Amino acid sequence: MSPLRAVETASTQLWLPAVLQHELSRFAQASYPLEACGLLVGRAGDTKIDTVRVVPARNLNLERPEDRYLLDPQDFLATDRAARAEGLEIVGIWHSHPDHPARPSGTDLESAWEGYSYLIISTTADGAAALRSWRLVGDRFVEEAVEQEDTEP
Amino acid sequence: MSQATVRIPAPLRSFTGGAAEVAVEGDTVGEVLRSLSEIHSGLKQQILTDKDGVRDFVNIFVDNKNIRSLAGLESPVTEDAVIYIVPAVAGGGS
Ligand SMILES: [Zn+2]
Repeated sequence: MSPLRAVETASTQLWLPAVLQHELSRFAQASYPLEACGLLVGRAGDTKIDTVRVVPARNLNLERPEDRYLLDPQDFLATDRAARAEGLEIVGIWHSHPDHPARPSGTDLESAWEGYSYLIISTTADGAAALRSWRLVGDRFVEEAVEQEDTEP
Repeated sequence: MSQATVRIPAPLRSFTGGAAEVAVEGDTVGEVLRSLSEIHSGLKQQILTDKDGVRDFVNIFVDNKNIRSLAGLESPVTEDAVIYIVPAVAGGGS
């Protein structure tokens, strides 16, 4: 790996208040050892992605729910509508990696879209272990910094 | 011809100049999506296959119904219908 590549990060930052981070960990852990998935709702600026809500969604992949997810498009639609009514948007996708690191897999890469934050929570028998965010740039993922706001806006 | 609104998800807005919604005319979902692709070229190959089907990576909804459970691209569009392009969201841990 070249040094240039090693320091490369996304041009955006994902702002995720502590209260939402905890909520997300609870959602992710509740499904352990199966994968959990859902959506991030908020406002997307040029460099700052503001998360206002985290929404759980159904995983339609019933063949390999321990290491695959297919987010129910009906949940996507309902979340999009509710977000829009509040002047918000779907800004990202979250999913858990039971007993795997919070890094995108090859499967994640195959179905990724540019323009969303992909938040991954690593879950273990002892609890949520790590949380990292990624964005697709061209044909690969780059890491996006996750910032935590301490106070409610 | 009915006037419909097509809702564009964030990842496809680079093809619509940033617009989240586009008003398009057509009497079927296929007509609406083809007109949309004429207005915003580049969008067609994101949503439709060469054989005039819907790509696997997207779902098309008319109001609350997936067109796969209706008549596909032949599904009728009524005045003021909202057509949603919903990206397929999938992945996994390995
Ligand atoms: Zn994954």
